[in-house]
Amino acid sequence: MQVNTEFKPKIVAFCCNWCSYAGADLAGTNRLNYPADVKIIRVPCSCRVNPMFILRAFQRGADGVIICGCHPGDCHYTTGNYYARRRMTLLFSMLDYLGIEKERTRVEWVSAAEGAKFAQTMNEFVAAVTAMGENKRLEDLRCKK
Amino acid sequence: MQRIGVFVCWCGSNIAGTVDVKAVAEALGHEPGVVFSTNYQYMCSEAGQNIIKDAIRDYQLTGVVICSCSPRMHEATFRKTAAAAGLNPYMVEIANIREQCSWIHKDMPTGTEKAIILGRAAIAKVHLNAPLVAGTSPVAKRALVIGGGIAGIQTALDIADAGFDVDIVEKQPTIGGKMTQLDKTFPTLDCAACILTPKMVDCAQHEKINIYAYSEVTEVKGFVGNFTVTIKKKARYVDTTKCTGCGLCTEKCPMKKVPNEFNLGMDNRRAIYIPFAQAVPKVATIDPDYCNMLKNGKCGVCAKVCTAGAIDYKQQDELIEEKYGAIVVATGYNPIKLDNFDEFGYSQSKDVITSLEFERLTNAAGPTSGQLLRPSDGEHPHTIVFVQCVGSRDTSGCGKPYCSKICCMYTAKHAMLTREKYPDTDVYVFYIDVRTPGKNFDEFYRRAVEEYGVHYVKGMVGKVAPQADGKLMVQASDLISNEQLHIQADLVVLAAAIEPDKSARPLATMLTASMDTNDFFTEAHPKLRPVESPTAGIFLSGACQGPKDIPETVSQAGAAAAKVIGLLAKDQLTCNPCVAHSDELMCNGCSSCEKVCPYGAITYADKEFRMPDRTVAIRRVAMVNEAVCQGCGACTVACPSGAMDLKGFSNSQIMAEVDAICK
Amino acid sequence: MTENRDREQVLRSSGVDVLKCMRCGKCSGTCPSYDEMEYHPHQFVYMVEKGEIDKLMASPSIYKCLSCFACVERCPRGVEPAKLVEAVRAMVIRKQGQNHLKPDQIPALLDEDLPQQAIVTALRKYNRGN
Repeated sequence: MQVNTEFKPKIVAFCCNWCSYAGADLAGTNRLNYPADVKIIRVPCSCRVNPMFILRAFQRGADGVIICGCHPGDCHYTTGNYYARRRMTLLFSMLDYLGIEKERTRVEWVSAAEGAKFAQTMNEFVAAVTAMGENKRLEDLRCKK
Repeated sequence: MQRIGVFVCWCGSNIAGTVDVKAVAEALGHEPGVVFSTNYQYMCSEAGQNIIKDAIRDYQLTGVVICSCSPRMHEATFRKTAAAAGLNPYMVEIANIREQCSWIHKDMPTGTEKAIILGRAAIAKVHLNAPLVAGTSPVAKRALVIGGGIAGIQTALDIADAGFDVDIVEKQPTIGGKMTQLDKTFPTLDCAACILTPKMVDCAQHEKINIYAYSEVTEVKGFVGNFTVTIKKKARYVDTTKCTGCGLCTEKCPMKKVPNEFNLGMDNRRAIYIPFAQAVPKVATIDPDYCNMLKNGKCGVCAKVCTAGAIDYKQQDELIEEKYGAIVVATGYNPIKLDNFDEFGYSQSKDVITSLEFERLTNAAGPTSGQLLRPSDGEHPHTIVFVQCVGSRDTSGCGKPYCSKICCMYTAKHAMLTREKYPDTDVYVFYIDVRTPGKNFDEFYRRAVEEYGVHYVKGMVGKVAPQADGKLMVQASDLISNEQLHIQADLVVLAAAIEPDKSARPLATMLTASMDTNDFFTEAHPKLRPVESPTAGIFLSGACQGPKDIPETVSQAGAAAAKVIGLLAKDQLTCNPCVAHSDELMCNGCSSCEKVCPYGAITYADKEFRMPDRTVAIRRVAMVNEAVCQGCGACTVACPSGAMDLKGFSNSQIMAEVDAICK
Repeated sequence: MTENRDREQVLRSSGVDVLKCMRCGKCSGTCPSYDEMEYHPHQFVYMVEKGEIDKLMASPSIYKCLSCFACVERCPRGVEPAKLVEAVRAMVIRKQGQNHLKPDQIPALLDEDLPQQAIVTALRKYNRGN
């Protein structure tokens, strides 16, 4: 597979405050490297992620969006990640229909103790999105200057 | 337009090493709305905080962005700083350029570029921040301790001594936990029962402590200061208020062949039993799996002999609901099952035992009345082999990857006590490493070697084979003298790894307290907050957080109690102001939000609205109870009309962040 | 330098991470042919780590290993000493020029559950024509 080394994808990661954001912090504390293309937005819970945010990200030129939450059953708010899982399943299949490939969207469960998993997940996701190349669908060119 | 100040922290070289902090401050200074931008070595230091305070006053800042470590670390610090300078604390946003930038990127240009983008996102968010005021909620002045081992007992006593009510929930018929099964304790060799049973009695007699023995927690609702817990008191089939603990029933019960779990199945008890003589509460319990009366209605001996009339075959499980301000988890540990380690012959020979079984064999109240006898033939063993690290430090998947911590010391204790009581026995200890950090610990181990002549051999036992003559052939390699040993042993003692109790995982789910991959509870901070769970109001005591010996458990129990007392001493807790709120004008009363709310924080009210045609209409609209809402945001996404939003993490704020990142 | 290259070769072809070893000696404790050996399974691991491949290749110990894989089965860290023995044996064969196995042929043939000896044997058989 030909990989364009020049291409730097824009990746938005939504991380829940209690598990995944702490997992991302742990990855940092352990100095586990992952690409700088990933930018993390802190949300209280994965269920706070409105499908609108993901559409907005793609509209503004993101190449991939990943949502990280607590493992099923471990949600700080008891059930939030279940809502997130259902909502994202629906949204991602719709996005796939609109031409945003499934490789560009992902939901992962990362606990506060899984710094290594966080870094690994991000490495894999960035590699997958990089292989897909730039996202052209849904992008609103009026936002670009 | 906000007037924003940007403060970039170097964190010594932690950030400045891979992020050009001056360039970041310079670049962010040009962002719209930013009127002040600076960088400093340690923003969290007093001098750094003074820079922030001065800037807030001098430049009349309305918003502050701090590019520093994770908000999980110092968000609270910087919010206090802002508040001290008269700015609403919720006008502060943190850009995490340490954990999520400088520490993971190796070169300066990459780190700097990312730090600028993260800073921009935070600035974009602050533009839309609104001052928030935290409400308060009352604190239920009662603590719950789950688990009645030495950890739970010590925590409960310390909390109760400070004057707060404490309930202990213990799933066994008596409190005391694992320590009741131990014989002596290292490194002082004082008797476990002698130091534990007085504490158990203290618990029973303390007016502030209430013990729910033979009970389990079945449901936990609420949040810090306001937990509502359902406790199931399992049916003992004995009226605890009438039972005097005389023990007559336990002697007369005809069902004699029930494996005695207190002695790890090495002897039998009756179907009605009191676990041991010093049990607290000292009342009998009928084991429904073995009782003939309960199983097929034929027997009733215990009811006949009981002079107090305490036996009640119709007793049912009882559910109790109670409110607590704080919950302490003290669920403890268990030795692992040895099914994966059949090379040691645990399932093949009765004379291969675990260390906990060895404790019972040497305990005066144990199955052999303290005589060290082989379980198979009741003879005195003359050669005893101790094997360490059975299932500990095992990354092959058969055991546990961590060090169980207590085995080195208790094995030294066992070896020493054996040599002291039976000087004619040969005692071998096979070790990988001997780990004895702790006060007087290494001296203790050296005494075992130097004074008691215990043979310590570096090398893991490869196999234990039972032989026709009843001996156990132990094959191991002595790595230091580089020779193969074949020892004809009479008794082999395995130092099985310890693991968290099986009840911990479902409990963690109920409490929404996080666990690590080994099912130990995680602490809020491994160094600075070791006895608190990341979930507010949940505290950790003892081996449920990681392997611990008794001195460590007791000190952690005291620390957890101190944290609980600190919480219960408050009359009001400041609530998280980042809660949901509904825009009444947009709400159409569809109930979508109510259905997803895990806390029942949303209610509906009929409100009058003036319509454009000057009529008045009554509409049903959602209202959020701010004291109950925990701010997860599930409702905000469920709301079809966009009326529901989350303060501090509003739709527009998060979208502004998305825009800034994708720019 | 050659030693170092040999070490890399053994590590690569065996797929063993010798650094995982925590010096417990269970491999030797469990080895049925311990008494026959000059170097014992745990020493194999140390020697490969130190790069003493020549010493190992010259020792009859590598032929005393029964490939019973008891050490592999029992190792608490998943180090797999027997696979190192296999790799050293294969290296002896290669150095004698009896078989020119190309390293890039191996991964395609590798089945995780297949003992390495079987792979080597198979290669020896089917490579005869070349």
